[in-house]
Order: sequence, then C-alpha cells, then structure tokens
Amino acid sequence: MSTDNLPKKMDRRRLIKNGMQLTLGLSLVSIAGWSAFKSTSDRLVWQLDPFKCVQCGRCAKECVMTPSAVKCVHAFNLCGYCDLCGGYLKPDPNARTTAAENQLCPTAAIKRKYIEDPYFEYEIDEALCIGCAKCVAGCTSFGNGSLHLQVRHDRCKNCNECAIARVCPAEAFQRVPISSPYLIKGGFTKGKNG
Amino acid sequence: MRGLGKYLYQSESIVKLLKRFGFLLMMLFVTAQSFALDAQQRFPKPEFATGYAQPATTSPSPRFLLLEYLDIFVLLAALSVVTWFVLKKRSRKGVFWTSVFSLLYFGFYREGCICSIGAIQNMVLGVVDNTYKIPLTAFVFFLLPLVFSLFFGRTFCAGVCPLGAIQDIIVIKPIELPKWLQKVLGLIPYLYLGLAVLFVATKSEFIICRYDPFVGLFRFDAPFHMMMLGILFLATGLFVARPYCRFFCPYGVLLGWMSRFSSNHMTITPAACIQCKLCANSCPFGAINEPVVETGKRHSNVNRMITYFILLPLWTGIGGLAGSMVHVPLSHYNKTVYLAEQLIEHPELKDDQKNIDIRTFLTSGKTTTQLIAEADAIRHQFYIGGWLLGGFMGFVIGTGLIRLSAFRRRDDWETDKTNCLSCARCMEFCPVKRDEDGKITINER
Repeated sequence: MSTDNLPKKMDRRRLIKNGMQLTLGLSLVSIAGWSAFKSTSDRLVWQLDPFKCVQCGRCAKECVMTPSAVKCVHAFNLCGYCDLCGGYLKPDPNARTTAAENQLCPTAAIKRKYIEDPYFEYEIDEALCIGCAKCVAGCTSFGNGSLHLQVRHDRCKNCNECAIARVCPAEAFQRVPISSPYLIKGGFTKGKNG
Repeated sequence: MRGLGKYLYQSESIVKLLKRFGFLLMMLFVTAQSFALDAQQRFPKPEFATGYAQPATTSPSPRFLLLEYLDIFVLLAALSVVTWFVLKKRSRKGVFWTSVFSLLYFGFYREGCICSIGAIQNMVLGVVDNTYKIPLTAFVFFLLPLVFSLFFGRTFCAGVCPLGAIQDIIVIKPIELPKWLQKVLGLIPYLYLGLAVLFVATKSEFIICRYDPFVGLFRFDAPFHMMMLGILFLATGLFVARPYCRFFCPYGVLLGWMSRFSSNHMTITPAACIQCKLCANSCPFGAINEPVVETGKRHSNVNRMITYFILLPLWTGIGGLAGSMVHVPLSHYNKTVYLAEQLIEHPELKDDQKNIDIRTFLTSGKTTTQLIAEADAIRHQFYIGGWLLGGFMGFVIGTGLIRLSAFRRRDDWETDKTNCLSCARCMEFCPVKRDEDGKITINER
C-alpha cells in the first residue's frame, strides 16, 4: 500500500468515528427524551400491603438487613385491647401474664400494659421486632388484625429490587411514591386502595 | 372527657383529609367508610373510663427527596472533577483521590444504592412496564456516565463508580492474562447484560443487584455466600486487576460502546509518542495496544475479512437458535413459571402444608388453569428473549472475529478506547510531559 493513500484512509476512519459518535449521541438524546415522559421526580420506595400479606415469615429471613427492616406496627384504632390477645399470647397459654413462656413473640418485642379492667395495651418495641409475623398471624386469625407488618423506612435501604418482594408468595410488596410511603391499616383500607 | 378525646381525634383526621382532598364530599365518604370498617371488627375498641391516651402509630419517613437530588449533584461533580484530572491535569493522584471519595460517598455512605450499573434495569422496566415510572435519580445515573463516556471516555470507571474504586485501590500485583483469555472472558459482560435485560423484560428479577458482589461489603451485611463472593472478587483483584469491571460489568459494555467513538479520549502521551515503550507494562488492564503493521498479503487479509462478514448472519442465527433452546431452563427463574411447573410435576405438593408458595396460591382464588396460562405467556416471552439474547451473543462473537481479522495500522502505543478505564496510570510512565505553559519536555531518566 502506497503512503499517499494514508491521509484518505485516515479521513474515512474519522468519518466513521464521527458518524458513530453522532449516532450514539442521538440515541442517548432520544433515550433521554423518552425517559423524560416516563420518569417521575417522586422517588419510589417499597411497601407491603397488609391486606395481601399471608404472614409466611419470609420478611424476617429475606431482607438484606439483619434484623429485617420489616417490622410489626400496631394500628391502635383497630385494636380491641383484649386480655386474651391472639397476637401476644401463645395458643392455650398457662396464664394470661407477661411470663416468657406465654408469649408468642420469639423476641418478646410486644409490651403488654394494663390499662383498666379488662383492657390491655400492646405496643411493639421495634428494636427487638424481627418481622416474623407470628403475632400478625395470631391477631389476624383471632382478633381484629390491628397488628400488621410494614417496611420501616428509617431502616429500609430501599434496594433497587426488594429482596423480600422477590420471594413474597402473596405479591404483597409494591413500589409506592415516597410522598405516601406507608400502607398502615386504618388509614389504608382494602376496599379503597385495592 | 372521653367524648372530647374522640371528637378531637376525629377533627384531627378531618383536618388531615381536608388538606389532602380539599373538598367535603370525599371526606364524608371516607369517614363513613371507616365507620363501616369499625363495625366489622370482631372486638370493637373499648371506651375507656380512665383517661387513657392512645399512643400514635409511628411512621418514620424515608430519606429526604432532597438528598436524592444531592446524589445527582455529587455524581455530576465527581464526573466533572475526574474528567478534569484525566484530561487536563493528567494526574493519577487526582484520579485516585476522586475514586477514594466516590468509594466513601457512593459506596460506604450511600451503601451502593443507587448505582449506574443497576439503573440499566430501571430503564428496561420502564420500557416493559407501563405502570412503572422511572425515578429521576435512576434515569440520570444511567444516562450521565454514558454522555460523559461519549465525549471523554470511561472516566466514570476511573473515579466515580464505587465498585470500580474498591477494586482499583487493591490492585497490588497485577499479572497479565493471555490475550485469548482476556478476549474470551470479555464476552461475559455481554452475556450478563443480555441476561439482565431478559430477566427484567420478563419481570422476573433484577439479577445485577442480586449478584452485586460488593454491596454486602459496603453495608457490612449480606448473606454468607454473597459476602464470600465479594471477598473472592477482591482476592482475585489483587492479581487480576478489576476483575468485575473487565469480565462482568454489564454497564461497562454500554460505556465501552460510547468510549470507542469518544472524541476527547485520554491519550498516553501529551504530545508525539517517542516510541520508548515505557508505558507498555504500565496498564494493569491490558488496555494498551502495541503498534502494528499489516502482515501477510493484503488480498488474503481482505478476503478473510469478507468471509467473516458473510459469516456474521450465520453466527447470529446459530446464537439465536442456541438461545431459544435454553429458554426453558432460563424461565425457571421466574416465580410464576416455577410455581406452575411445581404444580404440574408434583401434584402431591398441593397437600404439603409446609410449602408456603403453593399454600398461598391455593388460597388466592386463582385457578391452576389461569396460572398455567400466565406461565405459558411468560415462557413464550423467554422464548422470544432467548432468540434475541442468543442472536445478540452470536453477533458480538461475529463482530469480535471481524475485528480480530482486520489489520488496523497503528504507529504508536495507544489505548484501547473500548476497554481503557481512563485510570491515568500509563500517563505517569510516559516520559513526555507537558507543563503548565504547554511546554513539552522529555524526562530522561
């Protein structure tokens, strides 16, 4: 190959390179334009629908956090303040007391407080709660269902795809806008929000 | 007292509702509905005789949206700074410290989320899912490094990506892998990218995030096997520089395409190359190309290249066929398909009280026929996706062969723009220096 062909060849290379750069640039611009229509300035966070939840216990195991960022919350407005609480006490307890042997919660995260005869208040200690949903199952089957699980956003890392959502058997996990990040029972009802 | 408490509670919710909806009708409707809900309760809330104050159900708020925008700002700033260090200052030290900052901010402070590599999946989900809106941060994190790469090369990899930074810091004693091995391993990112897109497109899962080996290290918390994978990558990284970036990173594929045609990519030398070969071994990533002159007869070279061009559709077809053949095992990773398969192959599982997924399905009210129809539809998506993925891989291999057969005359030592991570190591080795005034000096040691 003679050397006087070289500049011409270099020009061809440059033309291809610039053409490709322009093509790629235009495709990026079109992606940007399309995304502008598809994107939202509101960020999305993960939350679980307590009405879909089947209390399988996977929230405790599958979260990338140890302990899980899913905790039990108590909708006090829905609570019956029962003495015989299906969420607090084991089935057929020896006595209705705060003794560890009677408690359903494996970490004793529910605090039982006497209010007045015959009513008791139940409060969750989130530092102890592991999100196993044992109490939720008890409360839902025998009580009002005021105990239920929620993703706690002060702990959740908001993974791109929630590790629990991937294995949730009831497809209860969904992305919700950051402006209304909770689906707490009472305010959130089955009929209203689907 | 009791009545007042209740009244206060109600009026508080009324104020809230007024703020939310702004009109009375809706408010009345919702209140009526909540009364209806109360009526359904098994044990109605008691009316307390003592002055019991009910605690509020707390709802701790997520990270402020403003901080998300701060992430975008930090990304833009870090990209600009590192590009300035690479192209203007030609300073390895500057690049290094920028990458340390990025490791601390995007890695340990933001705990690896959000990242540009994972943002690929959000973009794909935006395409396939009409109800999904791409968060602004994900969209910017996906696009901005690509734009920078199109103009300045992969400076994102050099000093902004936390996954790159954690590996770059520990490059202690890099060994050079044989060229053929580099080429073969270099195909993995294409496959990984294709699989990631396929799994999102079928709404199965986000594999890039699930198998991110370093996010567990950033969080000091991960399942044991993921922690081991991260440590394994780092241990390998002591000798094989940045193994994840070079042989796995799916985003690197896209960055490579951009960088290949970038107009202001960094150069090893600031002026004319003096052919000293000092840079030859400086690159731990094998991204510096030697000068080449055409060998053999031009006629036969051209013929070979034409043959490979003709074979390109064949490769694509073979790849597509292979891809379509593995669509069944691939579709196992989809939850719906897996459940349907379980029910068909092991009908006895219907009586298994411990199988949570099947129990939940049986109580959901959906029929097995519906489930199988759904699974069939998803498997068909995998079939189409398998053709596309396989065809893509065949095409990548075919173009790789064309590139290997093509002789591209190169007079100087140059960076391979596709694979160069713009880390600026080679610049330190180049004896040609340009000072502040633009004066060129040759450092003779």
